[in-house]
Amino acid sequence: MTMADGARVDTAFVRGAYIASRPPPPGTTGLRGWLRANLFASPFNAVLTVLALAFVVWLGTSVFDFLIRNAVWSGSDRTACLASEQHRQVGACWPFVWERLNYFIYGSYPIPQRWRVNLFFMMLACGVTWLLWLDAPRRDLGAGYFFIVLPICSFILLHGAPLIGLGAVDTSLWGGALVTIVVAAVGIVVSLPLGILLALGRRSRMPAVRIISVIVIEFVRGVPLITVLFMASVMLPLFVSEDWSPDKLLRALIGIALFASAYMAEVVRAGLQAIPRGQYEAATALGLKFWPRMGLVILPQALRVTIPNIVNTTIGLFKDTTLVFIVGIFDLLRTIEAARIDPKWATPVTSPTGYAVAALFYFVFCYSMSRYAKHMELRLSAGRERR
Amino acid sequence: MTVRPTRSLLTNPILRSIVYQVLLCAAVGLLAYAAISNAAENLARARIATGFGFWNTTAGFDISQTLIDYSSQSSTYGRAFWVGLLNTLLVAGLGIVGATVLGFVIGIARLSRNWLVAKAAAGYVELIRNLPLLLQLLFWYNAVLKALPETRDSFVLAGSIFLNNRGLVLPRAIPQDGSSALALALIGGIVAALLYRTWARRRQAQTGQSSPVLVVGVALTILPALVVLLLKGFPVTFELPERGRFNITGGTEALPEFAALLFGLVIYTAAFIAEVVRAGIQAVPTGQIEAAHALGLRRNLALRLIVLPQAMRVIVPPLTSQYLNLVKNSSLAVAIGYPDLVQVFTGTVLNQTGQAVEVVALTMAVYLVISLVTSLAMNLYNRLIAPVGEHP
Repeated sequence: MTMADGARVDTAFVRGAYIASRPPPPGTTGLRGWLRANLFASPFNAVLTVLALAFVVWLGTSVFDFLIRNAVWSGSDRTACLASEQHRQVGACWPFVWERLNYFIYGSYPIPQRWRVNLFFMMLACGVTWLLWLDAPRRDLGAGYFFIVLPICSFILLHGAPLIGLGAVDTSLWGGALVTIVVAAVGIVVSLPLGILLALGRRSRMPAVRIISVIVIEFVRGVPLITVLFMASVMLPLFVSEDWSPDKLLRALIGIALFASAYMAEVVRAGLQAIPRGQYEAATALGLKFWPRMGLVILPQALRVTIPNIVNTTIGLFKDTTLVFIVGIFDLLRTIEAARIDPKWATPVTSPTGYAVAALFYFVFCYSMSRYAKHMELRLSAGRERR
Repeated sequence: MTVRPTRSLLTNPILRSIVYQVLLCAAVGLLAYAAISNAAENLARARIATGFGFWNTTAGFDISQTLIDYSSQSSTYGRAFWVGLLNTLLVAGLGIVGATVLGFVIGIARLSRNWLVAKAAAGYVELIRNLPLLLQLLFWYNAVLKALPETRDSFVLAGSIFLNNRGLVLPRAIPQDGSSALALALIGGIVAALLYRTWARRRQAQTGQSSPVLVVGVALTILPALVVLLLKGFPVTFELPERGRFNITGGTEALPEFAALLFGLVIYTAAFIAEVVRAGIQAVPTGQIEAAHALGLRRNLALRLIVLPQAMRVIVPPLTSQYLNLVKNSSLAVAIGYPDLVQVFTGTVLNQTGQAVEVVALTMAVYLVISLVTSLAMNLYNRLIAPVGEHP
């Protein structure tokens, strides 16, 4: 209500200035207000808060006590990690992890050759960064590097090529985090192209192509990974002639790759369905045939919107690599299982310590992937909202 | 007169598609033929029998948990298959119930107004979803259950429940005379309560008057059973487990493998179900919640009557796939030695008979059938809860 002076002379009183705002009622702002709104909004809420707090504190202190406060930090065998008069509560047995760390990373890979594994880790890290960092230069070259150059170089590097002076290392010596990462990487590198093919096949107008794709996808998705791995490890050797019989790791890799492809196919199919029909029609109108149409117009868009889902599938795949354990491959979890029952270190705290190491490894990888997926999702939806 | 463009046979799309399909079929057929002939040759060389002749052969191995009669001397491989399948269904069925309850609780807790509860639920989901299930199972089995005290030093609850590193021993209920009457009374009571609930709902829909469903329902369920108890006395006796020097005799026992598997599956799947539930609730438009509040419904009533029924439509399809995942994940039992289908059949039977093709194919067929039946049932349920006139 702004009124010019003199517009209404008979107005008894008009304030010329605002009253200073009064402070909010006590207990609605600041720490107290926050506590009241978020923790003690009602009696029931207060009870929940107390219970949750008690649980969180109990869990936090037990984990802290186990991993740090009561942990054993030095020693040379199991006696260091046994409960004694001075040390009643024994926590994590870190010297055990320290001694076996190389085994957890490389398995039984020959010690003088381990630089090859380190080089492989570095090459893989470069490839992953190149592919996932969206502002990296020449990402097309990055894809070529990741899907073609890297697999060939890694195979030569890890398996060995006597021709160029790298001694052969039998896959039965591979182990630990190396195998986990190799299995996951092979799963990704094979499943993405194969999944795209299966997804395109499932949407094909040719009935035979469609039916075969549907059967493969639905069959693999309908059975547990373990049975696929069993199929690969006990049935596959029967299906090929004896001279061609693949080695144990390769069999597991085939099973994992097949399994991951079926799941990837469904993710890619969802992406293909999200592309508006107009894009297909426009590409056809430009005179593009099937493969250029897919490769130049549809897939770049479809894969872009499915990056979060692809990463989420990759997290699942990364966790599923632990199942090769069951068909006798020494992945990280299996090396920990083998080490924890070794009589030299067997104590009541050895198993939890080993599992804590495994949990840390898997959590760091999976959590960072899931953060990346979330970040991509935000970035993609931001673009959509601007439009 | 229009001139139709002439096309060479090479670029004729119909002809091309037929050629491609024939080529693909030929390739698949060739692959299958090669596989089968190789398999026949390899099997003949290794002198492994083919076919399901082993089905009626005596198995000769023990199984630690059997829901149906089974003995290593007289039972067949076929019987072992059914034992394994029932064990799988048992753990999967209990797991689905447990994971659904825990998952809904955690999912709703994630959206709680209570900051601490919401953060704790989020922490649970993030932690559990990012660790492999196999690691979690091994942890529960080897680091938690195996670290429980020996039989001698069992934890004793209520005097007759024993918890030690060989499992959980509970009193065994032995039905006596009149227990069937009690069961009948209980079932009759539950049916009456359900009927009353239906009637009350219909009345509320027609007249707007509500009825005390909870009180009457509980009374209807309990009263007939109580009457039977008063007339006939308690018809069930319990065999209490007794602690000996080295062993606990009597009672029924839950294997530690079973407990670890069930626990691991419930905790793991609940984290995924919680995310499904959260997404479903968030998919309900805010206007619906505001309208419910405007009608004077409290938060919990608004959640139960307005939000959840609408959220269920979004929740059910992904929930189905979580159930299927749980059934498939129960096959990880093999890692901790719970005698499920994979452990008994694909493990022991396969090792003893060597008939990989038949055994693995049969196991896969079982899981495929379970998957199909579950998705059919859930699709049916989904159609039931779809609003009238909006059939998918």
